[in-house]
Parts: sequence; C-alpha cells; structure tokens
Amino acid sequence: MGIISSGFRGRRNKDQPGLPPGQYLTESFPVLSAGPTPRIDTAEWEFQLTTEAGQVHSWSWDDFQNLPQEEFTVDIHCVTSWSKFGTRWKGVSLDTFFQDVDTSHPYTMFSSYGGYTTNLPMEDILNGKAWIVHQFDGEDLQPAHGGPARLLVPHLYFWKSAKWVRGLRMMERNDPGFWETNGYNLHGDPWLEERYW
Amino acid sequence: MSLGLDDGLADGTGTEAGGQDYLDGNALAGPLSEFSSGDLTVAEGRCENCGMTGVLATTRVYAHAPGMTARCRGCGSVLLRLTEAGGRTVLDLRGLSYLSIQRD
Repeated sequence: MGIISSGFRGRRNKDQPGLPPGQYLTESFPVLSAGPTPRIDTAEWEFQLTTEAGQVHSWSWDDFQNLPQEEFTVDIHCVTSWSKFGTRWKGVSLDTFFQDVDTSHPYTMFSSYGGYTTNLPMEDILNGKAWIVHQFDGEDLQPAHGGPARLLVPHLYFWKSAKWVRGLRMMERNDPGFWETNGYNLHGDPWLEERYW
Repeated sequence: MSLGLDDGLADGTGTEAGGQDYLDGNALAGPLSEFSSGDLTVAEGRCENCGMTGVLATTRVYAHAPGMTARCRGCGSVLLRLTEAGGRTVLDLRGLSYLSIQRD
C-alpha cells in the first residue's frame, strides 16, 4: 500500500454505469482530511469573494440561508479511488454568488477555515456546476464532512470540493492549491483520470 | 510499504469526528525512506510559523487524505506534505525553516 489512504474497502464493478475509470463503489461516506476538524460557529461564519480589483463581497450565515436554495442529487468521486452514488445535498449555486460580481479573471482559488486551498477555473464552477452546500441527506452538514458549509463540485475529484469553505479570490493564472502543488492535477476530471501532474 | 491505516476501518468510515484523527510522526518513516537511507523521523526541524523545534517523529500526521500532512505539535501549521502521485513521491517542506540531523 502507498501513502494514500482511501479509508474504505469497497467493491469494483467495471461494468457499473456512472463509475469513472479506476474507481470503486462504496455505500459509506469516508472522511478524508489533511488536518484537524475545525468547529465553526455559524454566528461567526462568513463567506467572502474577492475580485482582482480588491472588492470583497461577503455573506453572513443568515445572508447565505436567505439566498435561493437548491436540492439536488449527484455522484461523487474521490481521487483515492472511492465513488459514492446518489448523494443528496442542499445549498446555493455559485452562479448566485457571482450575480453582482464584476470580474474578468478566468480562475479562482477557494480557501477554507483551517487553511486548505484548491484552484478552480470559472468554467468549472458556473452554469450549475458547483454549489456551497450546508445539508447532506436532509441533515445539517457534519463538521467531519465539511460543515457548516463546503464547496461541492461533483464533476471533479472530491479534493476540489473544499470542506469548511470560507471564500474565494479571483486569479489571472491557474495557480495550484494545497494538493495541486504536490503532485495532483490542476483540473481533476475523474472521467479523464486527471489524478496527477 | 504499509502504514496499517486500513486496520480498524472495516466499516469503511475512516476516522470520524471525535476520535483521534492523526498518527504520530513515526508514520513518516516509510515514505521518507524514499529520500534518505537514514531514518529522517529523528531529524530535528523548526516550525516556520511558531519556531517550535522537535524531531519529526513528534509531529502530528494526517494520513486519511490524498497525501500525508505533518503538522506542528505546537501551532498546528503544516510542516511537510508527502504525496505519491503518478509513480512519483513528492515532498514539500515549506513549513520547516530547517531540518537538522546529528552526524556520526
């Protein structure tokens, strides 16, 4: 075994529709993290979007809850090789956060409480492709799974779906984040097996 | 190389909130042997963030992730990251201002 721990034992089914190459199906929800689980009081929670002009758009927890909410079901795929089908979430589309934002930069860097970062192109987070979610399977999102709120970008490997998200800043270049700096792919499409550099 | 991380994970949940979710720095010994024939876990390092010094064996290692992350026992900052990616082992030491090892 290598130094990557997927934290589960699953089963592989090459003929399973919806399962990207090299992935195994699991019914559980493994917890992966590069650090301790932060406990964030929603009274203190804030989500910030910072543009290239230095303009900061901020949402408190109440602001966030008052935005249009979407409920949806998607499959998720972790680079450590597990996939989980039919996960049910509730949250706010990134399109909503960008409605009144003036930016021309094509890339973003998301950051989390606890210091984690991950880079994402705008084309991967707009047009209904990404959300800030606060409920999983009808319940408030547990801290171990990124609660009170995490980024969800289900069409990319799950390391892109930053837990404990606190904001993003616009970038002109596609600079790498926490794992992308150290061997993991800048993009991370599971169907193309974009796992590594 | 095995870190024994699959032990006790038969329910497939990995580590859950509330339990100890890190290993001690001795877990770095195997992966670091890719870079040195000696045992680098006995090397003393200095945290770039808080200045705390100690041998790598005393760090806290988070391994249930796409790579291993060793954090400072004092301030929690990331000291080093180790990934195995695409047939390559990558070692990121940006959180350490030095690593020191006693010569024989």
